[in-house]
Amino acid sequence: MSRTARAVDVLVVGAGPAGLAAAAHLAAAGAGRVEVLEREQEPGGIPRHSHHQGFGPRHRPTTGPRYAGRLADAALAAGAALRTGVTATGWAGPRTLDVTGPHGLERLSASAVVLATGARERPRSARLVPGTRPAGVLTTGELQQAVHVHGQPVGSRAVVVFTAGADAVARAAVDTLRTAGAHVVALVTEGTRGPLRSPRHRFPLLTGSTVVELTGHGRLTGVRVRGDDGRCALLDCDTVVFTGDWMPEHELARRGGIALDPGTRGPAVDTAFRTAVPGVFAVGNLLHGVEPAVSAAAEGRGVTGPVLAHLAGTDPWPDGGAPLRVDPPLLWAAPNRVRPGGPPPLGERFVLRTAERLTAPVLVVHQDGRVLDRQRLPRTALPGRPVHLRARWTAEADPDGGPVHISVMSDSRRSGVGGPPILAV
Amino acid sequence: MTVTTSGELPELLHDVIVVGAGVVGTAIARELARHRLRIALVDAGDDVGNGTSKANTAILHTGFDAVPGTLESRLVREGRRRLAAYAEQSGIPLEPVGALLVAWDPEQLATLPALAAKAVRNGYHATRLLDAAELARREPHLGPGALGALEVPDEWIICPWTTTLAYATQAVRAGVDLHLNCRVQSVTGGRHHELATSRGLLRTRYLVNAAGLHADELDRLLGRQDFTVTPRRGQLIVYDKLARPLVGHILLPVPTALGKGVLVAPTVYGNVILGPTAEDLDDKRATGSSAEGLETLRAMGARILPALIDEEVTAVYAGLRAATGQDDYRIRAHPRLRYVTVGGIRSTGLTASMAIAGYVTGLLGDAGLHLGPARDLEPVHMPNIGEARPRPYQRADLIAADPAYGSIVCHCERVTHGEIRDALTSTVPPGSLDGLRRRTRARGGRCQGFYCGPSVRALFEDGRR
Ligand SMILES: Cc1cc2nc3c(=O)[nH]c(=O)nc-3n(C[C@H](O)[C@H](O)[C@H](O)COP(=O)(O)OP(=O)(O)OC[C@H]3O[C@@H](n4cnc5c(N)ncnc54)[C@H](O)[C@@H]3O)c2cc1C
Ligand SMILES: Cc1cc2nc3c(=O)[nH]c(=O)nc-3n(C[C@H](O)[C@H](O)[C@H](O)COP(=O)(O)OP(=O)(O)OC[C@H]3O[C@@H](n4cnc5c(N)ncnc54)[C@H](O)[C@@H]3O)c2cc1C
Repeated sequence: MSRTARAVDVLVVGAGPAGLAAAAHLAAAGAGRVEVLEREQEPGGIPRHSHHQGFGPRHRPTTGPRYAGRLADAALAAGAALRTGVTATGWAGPRTLDVTGPHGLERLSASAVVLATGARERPRSARLVPGTRPAGVLTTGELQQAVHVHGQPVGSRAVVVFTAGADAVARAAVDTLRTAGAHVVALVTEGTRGPLRSPRHRFPLLTGSTVVELTGHGRLTGVRVRGDDGRCALLDCDTVVFTGDWMPEHELARRGGIALDPGTRGPAVDTAFRTAVPGVFAVGNLLHGVEPAVSAAAEGRGVTGPVLAHLAGTDPWPDGGAPLRVDPPLLWAAPNRVRPGGPPPLGERFVLRTAERLTAPVLVVHQDGRVLDRQRLPRTALPGRPVHLRARWTAEADPDGGPVHISVMSDSRRSGVGGPPILAV
Repeated sequence: MTVTTSGELPELLHDVIVVGAGVVGTAIARELARHRLRIALVDAGDDVGNGTSKANTAILHTGFDAVPGTLESRLVREGRRRLAAYAEQSGIPLEPVGALLVAWDPEQLATLPALAAKAVRNGYHATRLLDAAELARREPHLGPGALGALEVPDEWIICPWTTTLAYATQAVRAGVDLHLNCRVQSVTGGRHHELATSRGLLRTRYLVNAAGLHADELDRLLGRQDFTVTPRRGQLIVYDKLARPLVGHILLPVPTALGKGVLVAPTVYGNVILGPTAEDLDDKRATGSSAEGLETLRAMGARILPALIDEEVTAVYAGLRAATGQDDYRIRAHPRLRYVTVGGIRSTGLTASMAIAGYVTGLLGDAGLHLGPARDLEPVHMPNIGEARPRPYQRADLIAADPAYGSIVCHCERVTHGEIRDALTSTVPPGSLDGLRRRTRARGGRCQGFYCGPSVRALFEDGRR
């Protein structure tokens, strides 16, 4: 089985906002031959099929395809090689990838590999929704491509199921369904609140509701939901879209033996986007659930300095560092390895998620029983929304100590709000 | 070479019509096709293998735990041998992983020697007892408390979809007419059988009932009331391919009265399955999963292989076994009616299929069907959707000859454009996206269509134009 072998300086896997931004800045900064592999026929990642206005800087929003197009143009203009229809299928060495494309099989080695493989929505099966297995059960990714890329019909009566905090994606799904001529029967969430409704976004909303069964043979005929009060209702529909509930696309990372963070399920990285494998970096939604595309792109830009330092050989690959762990109700933190001497994380803050609404929470950072920092958050922390922890404490961490923990302490002046005090501090 | 899915049916008088194109019916049609006969195979569904045969545990059994002396024991043993050889020849994915029957308490440990003795009575001599230490060495991810195991090295895993498809392909290429979307609604006797179907009339001299869950109903149309089929549901959870390194063998539980029990096993596609449950129902369409069923499975899985439960779930499905209240197949010839019923093929029909086919062909001969000499059929070479051998996306030779095999469409399962195109133009083409999935694995992976769904659908719809 013959494979052609080739070497480049930087190999970027994934041409979404994160990978394209990384490639553009690396190529412009003189990183040498920068090659981006994209398994889809077109570059752009998720924005490629997100036709709503919601991308780019807030003051100048644009559509996903336009945003993606600009990023791809910038990468090409900077001199990066962009190869679409090409999949990285596995590893032949620590920085050597096996690749399949219509031209054949290749083995590509690089001095630095940047993984930017993105994230997907968990489908119905992974969410363990019981019932039959009819057609008409989608994720937003599938819905958007069906409607915006292929012009396929998607059914006439649709239910959108969304996880807490996935409001923006749920609204995008509603828009896409309506573009396709479907009637939106209801939005269903286990959470306590729904997306903001505008005159353009009117839809029946069922909060505190769980999908307990899908019915129908051949085609979906209904979605059975159970409310907080235990009562069930069967929503009559032929289409259901499961949105949110993000999962990093971490197959390549795992197959490369790259350690994952137990919270994010993406590669564990330090504040310079370094994974545990020397020369392998990771950026974008692969590191966490879905953040806005500009955040993913900013991470791609942010990896430039660390990659250049690695290529120059001035910065030996640091081993270890202390893992950053979160305690319930926090779900994850990223980046999630800290070294006292390391650079600050992007924006000088860590990004967190919480499973529960936290009113005026105090976040306590501690290691081996020693409190490193305590931060009162300015706002209520909501499920599915970014929560930020300032990084001013990293110099205090002991690189050889145990995991650094982030815990939540409720506001002591208002008892009964938030979780119980976890630490006696 | 005909496969029809709609329209008129031929008026000719058939020698044999086989009702039901599951793994059993297709195997019978294939076996009969070795003789000079006018044969039709009909199914109510839009594809072959669309009933129980698409939703099982996919194990090539040894029959070590069958009831000794039964027809099932004999046909499983013989069927295993035949299907293993046939799979090798036809490219049906098969992996010789072996099984470990794990004892979790002293009582179960004490029954292992009896099970070994039972295996011998079923003509199977290769079992071996493993102590706790060896078991832990062979399966390092097993949960705490496993005391020992009985090794059954010849329980293997196989692809049930390719098996059914290989039989059907070979039968059709040898001249069998396959009529899909063709439900048999009534049967009138006389000089020959007249079958009223959802697509019109069919006539035949001999009739084979391989209608699976509905075999009792078809029997009744011919005035037989020998048994009643009770659907016994088996729910299964398929875990991500990334879980595959967690398990090396089929991990069997010590059997109970209800059946073979919940197992954890690798699949030939590189996933791990957990299941099946065993629930007696009265609805033959109840192929849905239930919250309780999934919860039960997860609790059992957490005991057998704790790390499995943290892995992502790729798919959940359920199949219905055709239980008849008796511990054996209900295969019976009615020579005066020129009719053979192949009923009660509960939980071993995939393994036994080729032996059942041989047995049924013999019964038809005994009932007066003139078989004449048998010929060897043109061999088939099925597309490889298993992980034990290189898939097209890994083959430089294939891609060099045709770049479509280097163009990956379904990313999770690495299915190429070339494979999808081939499936759509194959002898027995898929009638639905699900049928395409069973032939290629497209849309069968962890994202369930998030990335590739619409592209696969577009290829499917174009290919059918
Ligand atoms: C429905 C929806 C609506 C959204 N709406 C908005 C919005 O309005 N505004 C906003 O700012 N953000 C929005 N987002 C989020 C935004 O799309 C993401 O944050 C962004 O796309 C993440 O970029 P990424 O580069 O990390 O990953 P992705 O965009 O997912 O790109 C990853 C790329 O890697 C490729 N890839 C993966 N594995 C391999 C491999 N092995 N070989 C080759 N290529 C590979 C993939 O094909 C993909 O193109 C939305 C997301 C969704 C799903
Ligand atoms: C959960 C589970 C696990 C199992 N595990 C294994 C295993 O590991 N190994 C193994 O060897 N076996 C296993 N089996 C058993 C195996 O799957 C079955 O024995 C086998 O599939 C039965 O095949 P069949 O052709 O008899 O039935 P089916 O596949 O159900 O085929 C019957 C066909 O008849 C058609 N039909 C019915 N009525 C009519 C009509 N009136 N007109 C036209 N067509 C009609 C149906 O559409 C159907 O396609 C398992 C079964 C289950 C449910």
